[in-house]
Amino acid sequence: MSDWALIIYCGLITYLTRFSMIALLKKEMFNDRTREILSYVPSAIFPAIIFPAIFLDSSGSLELTDNPKILAAIIATCVGIFSRSILATIFSGLASYWAIIFI
Amino acid sequence: MNSNFKIFLKGITDVSPLMIPVVPFGLIFGILSIDIGFSPLATMGMSLIIFGGASQIILLQLFSGGASSLVIISSVGAVNSRHLLYGAVVSEHVSDLKLIWKIIISYFLIDQAFAVSNEYFKKYKEKNKYFHLIGGGFTCWVVWQTTTFLGIILGAAIPEKLGLSFAIPLTFLAILVNDFRKFINVIVILVSGLVATLGFNYIPYKAYVIVAALTGLFAAMVLTKIIKKI
Repeated sequence: MSDWALIIYCGLITYLTRFSMIALLKKEMFNDRTREILSYVPSAIFPAIIFPAIFLDSSGSLELTDNPKILAAIIATCVGIFSRSILATIFSGLASYWAIIFI
Repeated sequence: MNSNFKIFLKGITDVSPLMIPVVPFGLIFGILSIDIGFSPLATMGMSLIIFGGASQIILLQLFSGGASSLVIISSVGAVNSRHLLYGAVVSEHVSDLKLIWKIIISYFLIDQAFAVSNEYFKKYKEKNKYFHLIGGGFTCWVVWQTTTFLGIILGAAIPEKLGLSFAIPLTFLAILVNDFRKFINVIVILVSGLVATLGFNYIPYKAYVIVAALTGLFAAMVLTKIIKKI
């Protein structure tokens, strides 16, 4: 598949997730239970990107020692929990990562 | 009743504080996309056609890992399944509108605009209140396209050894900051993260994102049920 075809398909599926409910629903179709489960989608999907990117090296094997990303991610998480700030989380993580690899 | 334009402006002011974190996100996307080997035009195309930060970054992550198109498209769909929820909530406020407005509103139904407009919709009953969502969505659109563009330019100038790809897990981590305080969310996060990490080499077709997400959702289903019973 060409890059552009991939981009267009990804765009289509993204648009459909936004449009389908607005177009199809008249009033409430989701019950509270479905709504409750859907609210966990971010917590279920983002760690699937976060964890491998932190704990695995570029060849895909587990890298638990001598891995600056782990400490940096822990610092970012703590900053995130206490500050509740998206910006502070990203920058504290990047800053500690750079501090570890360059100093 | 407020004029359409006034409500549109209100949408802009309400969403503005939420635009600050979008700036590094957009820059990172632009930089990484060029880094991975997409052309500047294709990078801009992604931001214009997909217009979804998390899904675009997941696209980059999986693409650079050699995942098949089918896996990339379904992962993007999975990440965006949360929009179904937004749509379901917004639909009751816009059900009387013409189809053309529904088509426009859908393009702008993104996390930040939904967050502020949902609050506005609950408070106000005006017929034209949907201009609030368009204002918020449009603001985010401008910020996203501009920062993608700046990222493309910066991408050529930033050295690879800075390890900016680490910004991907960090940005997603940042999206979850409020969930770290909730017990069920923390368990779901750990379940999904462990399944993805341990299954990374064993789950075929790089489908680890989807498998981990479904396992996490299943954990959420079980946990919410158990906790209600107690």
